[in-house]
Amino acid sequence: MKLAYWPGCVSRGFTPELHGSMALVAERLGIELVELDRANCCGAGVIAEHNQELADTLNARTFALAQETGLSMMNICSTCQGAQSECQQRLDSDSAYRAHINEALSGQGLSYEKDKDGFTNKNFLWLLVEDYGLDRLAAEVKRPLSGLRVGPFYGCYIVRPKHRLGYGEHPDRDLYLEKVIELLGGEVVEYDGARKCCGFPVITMNRETSLRQAGTHISDAIDAGADCLVTPCPLCHLNLDMQQPEAAKVVNRDLDLAVLHLPQLVGLALGFEPKELGMGKHIAPTRWVEERLATPSPA
Amino acid sequence: MAEYTLKVRRYQPESGEGPYWEEFNVDLDPSLSVLDGILQAKDREDGSLSVRCSCRAAICGSCGMKVNGSSTLACKTQLGEASAAANRRPSATRGTPGRGSEGQSISVSSGPSESEDVPQPIVIEPMGNMPVIKDLITDMESTHWEKIRRVTPWLLPHGDPPEREYVVEPESMIDITQSMACIQCGACVSSCLSMEADPEFIGPAALAKAYRFVGDPRDAESKERLHDLAHDPHGIYDCTHCFSCIDACPKDVAPMDQIMRLRRRAGEEGIDDDPNNGHNHMHAFVKIIEKKGTNDESLLLQESYAPGIKGKLKPTKGAIKGLLGSIPTAIRGIRTGKMRSLPKLIPGVHPKLPDGGQDEVKAIYRHAEEHGEELNLYIKGEEDVEPEPDEREVETA
Repeated sequence: MKLAYWPGCVSRGFTPELHGSMALVAERLGIELVELDRANCCGAGVIAEHNQELADTLNARTFALAQETGLSMMNICSTCQGAQSECQQRLDSDSAYRAHINEALSGQGLSYEKDKDGFTNKNFLWLLVEDYGLDRLAAEVKRPLSGLRVGPFYGCYIVRPKHRLGYGEHPDRDLYLEKVIELLGGEVVEYDGARKCCGFPVITMNRETSLRQAGTHISDAIDAGADCLVTPCPLCHLNLDMQQPEAAKVVNRDLDLAVLHLPQLVGLALGFEPKELGMGKHIAPTRWVEERLATPSPA
Repeated sequence: MAEYTLKVRRYQPESGEGPYWEEFNVDLDPSLSVLDGILQAKDREDGSLSVRCSCRAAICGSCGMKVNGSSTLACKTQLGEASAAANRRPSATRGTPGRGSEGQSISVSSGPSESEDVPQPIVIEPMGNMPVIKDLITDMESTHWEKIRRVTPWLLPHGDPPEREYVVEPESMIDITQSMACIQCGACVSSCLSMEADPEFIGPAALAKAYRFVGDPRDAESKERLHDLAHDPHGIYDCTHCFSCIDACPKDVAPMDQIMRLRRRAGEEGIDDDPNNGHNHMHAFVKIIEKKGTNDESLLLQESYAPGIKGKLKPTKGAIKGLLGSIPTAIRGIRTGKMRSLPKLIPGVHPKLPDGGQDEVKAIYRHAEEHGEELNLYIKGEEDVEPEPDEREVETA
């Protein structure tokens, strides 16, 4: 399996452990990634807030760069998925608009074509379940995560709005984290916040609200017995992990809940060590995860 | 006909008891609505089961409630589809009462105790983010109507009214038809994750209503409205972009999209001094991508709080607080190695896109800033099938 790979900004910025763990896991799974190192930021919804055409053209450029490789595209960020899907929906829905956008790319010898060679842009989570296949993943598991209680945390951009994110064709996309956790041998912890907002988009605008959102979801997961959370979104990771000590102050309780990136959770089951997967770079302590894996429950 | 079990969250304040769950079995065609199911239960089993409803046709907006945790109109949700949704949720979450909020309705995993084969009930709750008056009836005054009034939901035209009707170009009204479709059901308010964390947030329904007047060519106070909504710390920059209201709205108003239009219009009007730093954040983000192609996170933080030379020479109190508040996080990031590199620490050191990529991005900026086209699929519609090139030629011929 070979894919054009858009790692996004944050995985190469404040969550470098995501980029690193994805590379290790892809290699082990036999997924060849052709990194789009000339591609640009998806705009995270913020550029569209300023100028929708600008956001659409920037993402059309990324899609066109991916299409140049002749491959479908994979991302590792819920926010990239959502922001890019929003632009792709507009581009795919109106041929005149698409032609107008492509005009801006023509000077660069680029063009985005709808459905070219069955082009898709999927988050690693979707790709793992829909294209790689859970059976094939199961065959790669070296260390089942037995006894590890994992709370899924999706990130808004990958679960809503449903009509834009392919839920018509793939109605269970908001249950894939649960499927993956179970497949890897872990135990799914259901709690209130799994599909809620981490608060990150307003961290510079309304810090208190933002941190209360993060702190509340982490608290709920702890109260439900989680050893850790897992997320396919590095922006959620920023608020849930990097800001966790600040969120703890707002909700006025100790938190200390490990938050894993999706490739890290997969990587642990593939037999990689936490350190190799960059878990030492996390802010919230990951030692309970490590202890649980060292002494798996008999179940 | 098919049998369904409705699991309804009941509450009668006069009883002095707290809320509780009660199950009702109904026998109806799968194409009939959840509201039909509730009314059958009320008719056959318990006349005290209270629900607000009128038209039964998704026009009056009275029967807003949560079905399987999702805010919606009960009359617009078919029993068959609601039952299917109830049965596709993970086993641990099925039918378990939650904290009355969106998305998930559960607290603790019950493990694999519930059998996959046992059909799960359709879970029905009153709307979220609102006090409950009785059973499925909520008090919409403080969290909906008061906020609607807050945005001055009427036209503020120039001077005296004309002798006859106002004459406007039809095209100039198209932009606001989406926000005009609102039926005030409150489903978006019920689903709002910002309001859940900040009850003072003006909220999706009221802000969509605000755009209905900001975008109206007859309104003379658009700029004042935008200034007011940007300067309210719980206004347009308090939305966390969670898309819940878009999925909840039974009329495709897409309230969050209207909030983003309000932000865009506020920016165009030069309103850049909001107390949330919302405009500064957006402006900094846009400029950084123009210069670097990918996000320079430390520069974004700096420029969101203290933009340009002016922002650094005369930082606001909020800016100082924001920047100081982010220091402990940065120190932790350096300690673990997350942020241990110059491009991550020093604003502006972040590399540009390689091999001419940055010039390509700048060219896109020039093109898009010149046109600034906005495509609203609610108005334009989606092309289902594109004609093949030769068909197109025939058509044009």
